[in-house]
Amino acid sequence: MIALLIILVAALLGITIWQISKIFKLSQPVESDDSQIANNKDNEKQGKLFLVFIVFLYGLMIYSFWELSKFYAPGASDHAAEYDQLFFISLGLIMFVQVIIQFLIHWFSYKYRGQKGRKALFYADNDKLEFIWTIIPVITLAALIIYGLFSWSKIMNVEETDETLVIEIYAYQFDWRARYSGEDRTLGEANVRFIEGVNQLGLNESDPYAQDDIITTELHLPVDRPVLFKFRSQDVLHSAYFPFFRSQMNVVPGMITQFGFTPTTTSKEIRNSEYMVEKVRNINEIRENNDNLGPDEKEYEFEYYLLCNKICGVSHYNMQMKIVVETEEEYQKWIEEQQSFGELTAQN
Amino acid sequence: MDPSIYLALSTIHGTIMVFYVLTAGLSGTFSNLLIPLQIGARDMASGFMNMISYWLFFISSIVIVSSFFVEAGPASAGWTVYPPLSALPQAIGGSGLGMTLWLVAITIFIASSLLGSLNYIVTVLNLRTEGMSMTRLPLTIWAFFVTAIIGVVSFPVLLAAGLLLLMDRSFGTSFFLSDIYIQGEVLSYQGGSPVLYEHLFWFLGHPEVYIVLLPALGITSEIIATNSRKPIFGYRAMIASILAIAFLSTVVWGHHMFVSGMNPFLGSVFTFTTLLIAIPSGVKAFNYITTLWKGNLQLNPAMLFSIGLVSTFVTGGLTGIILGDSTLDINVHDTYFVIAHFHLVMGISALYGLLAGVYHWFPKMFGRMMNKNLGYVHFWITAVGAYGIFFPMHFIGMAGLPRRYYKFTEFPYFDDLADTNILISVFAFITASAQLFFVYNFIHSIFYGKKAEQNPWKSNTLEWTTPVKHIHGNWPGEIPKVYRWPYDYSKMNKDETEYVIPGQDFVPQNVPLQENEEELNE
Repeated sequence: MIALLIILVAALLGITIWQISKIFKLSQPVESDDSQIANNKDNEKQGKLFLVFIVFLYGLMIYSFWELSKFYAPGASDHAAEYDQLFFISLGLIMFVQVIIQFLIHWFSYKYRGQKGRKALFYADNDKLEFIWTIIPVITLAALIIYGLFSWSKIMNVEETDETLVIEIYAYQFDWRARYSGEDRTLGEANVRFIEGVNQLGLNESDPYAQDDIITTELHLPVDRPVLFKFRSQDVLHSAYFPFFRSQMNVVPGMITQFGFTPTTTSKEIRNSEYMVEKVRNINEIRENNDNLGPDEKEYEFEYYLLCNKICGVSHYNMQMKIVVETEEEYQKWIEEQQSFGELTAQN
Repeated sequence: MDPSIYLALSTIHGTIMVFYVLTAGLSGTFSNLLIPLQIGARDMASGFMNMISYWLFFISSIVIVSSFFVEAGPASAGWTVYPPLSALPQAIGGSGLGMTLWLVAITIFIASSLLGSLNYIVTVLNLRTEGMSMTRLPLTIWAFFVTAIIGVVSFPVLLAAGLLLLMDRSFGTSFFLSDIYIQGEVLSYQGGSPVLYEHLFWFLGHPEVYIVLLPALGITSEIIATNSRKPIFGYRAMIASILAIAFLSTVVWGHHMFVSGMNPFLGSVFTFTTLLIAIPSGVKAFNYITTLWKGNLQLNPAMLFSIGLVSTFVTGGLTGIILGDSTLDINVHDTYFVIAHFHLVMGISALYGLLAGVYHWFPKMFGRMMNKNLGYVHFWITAVGAYGIFFPMHFIGMAGLPRRYYKFTEFPYFDDLADTNILISVFAFITASAQLFFVYNFIHSIFYGKKAEQNPWKSNTLEWTTPVKHIHGNWPGEIPKVYRWPYDYSKMNKDETEYVIPGQDFVPQNVPLQENEEELNE
């Protein structure tokens, strides 16, 4: 593919140089009017090109929506549906405006292209018009702002109830760890100053709450149970981005940040969803034809993931953690198999 | 290519484009060229400050370019250089000497920019020629003037952020750093916050968008009016929207930080102020379109780029409504959606403004004309390419593709985006090679271009009343007096029978009120 690109670029460069010389030859001696100011002929031609261009632009927009909107990741959290609704309402609205405005810009550029003898209309002001196109955006935006702010406060104000699962997400160059609070349902005290040996997350070993904390490399979440994440960084800024759950929060050294959501679709369910089956089949086809991959790397199965979305160093591009959303029973079974912090330190 | 080289290149790309190309290229060059010429002054208020500003910029450019030759590489923490990544050489190689040079270069750049801006403000306020009231200023000057004010308000805050960062890096203070364990060692920093840096940075960072955009819009206003042979529609509304944008631009910085960990209530406030910016921006777009309506459009290359600007400004601006909404930002923050948005609205639009300005005022700068056909080819390839790059890019952002990733192959989920990425790359190569037309045309025309006449675009503003040959003090005799606003294009006399000056569809600002003419806008 890269070779093809290089060839394409070389060819384009060739065409560029060829075109420069050709255009220059054509433009210089033959033309009688060489003032380099647009004349009637230029206006005619450039005006028409604006029509061609709007066709291209609409074509590109249609192609993008037709072919590329399928990339929009499916949602799998309680607020994903609400998020998507607001997103598509906003998108629909701006595309509506976009289609009209672009048409006007390009149509006027064509329709009023300069012609000898045409008189432009001296039209300097119209308060009524100005008022109209101030007040319409004001009303539309007010509606969008109010709608957005309701969603925002609903998403951001997470109330901790008895049911809520509190998990610490710990970020460091270039990986993630999850810390579950264990049976006491309280996360033990932690600070990077306690980091030593196996105590990689800097838990305070003298804090009794810390002993039953469970540190894992995968994030397992029971479906339909609210989760509140507490984010902590070891070194630099990171950002915990959960694309399928429409959730993101920066991880800031020296400060605990938080974000909450309720996963609503298990990994199994989303894997079997029509959308994902189709997508994964497509990806596997692509991977099958990719010679850079070893035979055992070719088969891809969908898993939720969490990725780092704030530049954090050279391996920023590969800072990810697998997320498994499962039933409550599966989750309980998994968590019981994990080693607690107390067991870990006792072992070493 | 090594990942660290990729990060270094993208960091320096951002820095150079935002500060050294768009800020300096628009505000630095065009303000100095056009302010004295369009307000009817012999020179800038302080030639000496101007000179210092220029040479500081020159030194700053040398420093930033020289950072490429540092062993551990130039600054690599992204153009926003958030600490702790930018503060700790242990975190990334480029945060050593390369980052120090970045800070030095930006500090010098800010000094240069401030000297320039103060000079622009003073010149516009004090050196306008007789009759050139503020309501008769060309919109270019209004834009440069307000831009300079935004610069003076916000650049010092970046300087403060830079100095504090420098102290954290070199003198052991903890303004932005706290609780850090890196490379097997706990660092002694305690009590600082990177979020504080983000606030300081974006207090410049967002107004910076308008520092590059307003001059481009000012240039466009001038070119669209001249080439439409019509007055700019809603001159006063244009000024009001420039002022509104300038004010709002200083109270929206938090929309870069919705998910930074700051209080969600602040997110609500910034959503509110941010979406308000759409209103004056919309007014400007509608006014441009109405200016085109029923015009007699002279489609010179400068005009094409100006129309292109209106188009990309609208396309890029509209997606701002999504990003400025704190709720929607959660899922597209730091994805390619953002890259597509700001490249269209800030990068491409401002570049179009810059190119339009070069095509339009080239005769003033060099006394020669640029080749129009090369200009046309340049515009159309660039226009197709720019949309080809950035429109599909929104969609890979909506797929959740993060920015600043060296490669995406670690995520098989993104494998099916590769084709779109290739499509974007092809458009990028085509667009980049189209710029060769411009470079060739520019350099060739300086020496061999057709000799320009005094007022090739039949424009009303004062710069076209100066002789083609450059002379000291701009005008050979008296400074022209101004009797009217700069947009009397196709103005008819009272009886609507003939143009104000028969046979000529424009009335330059230095032409006194004619008999049988109705006075407007006084």
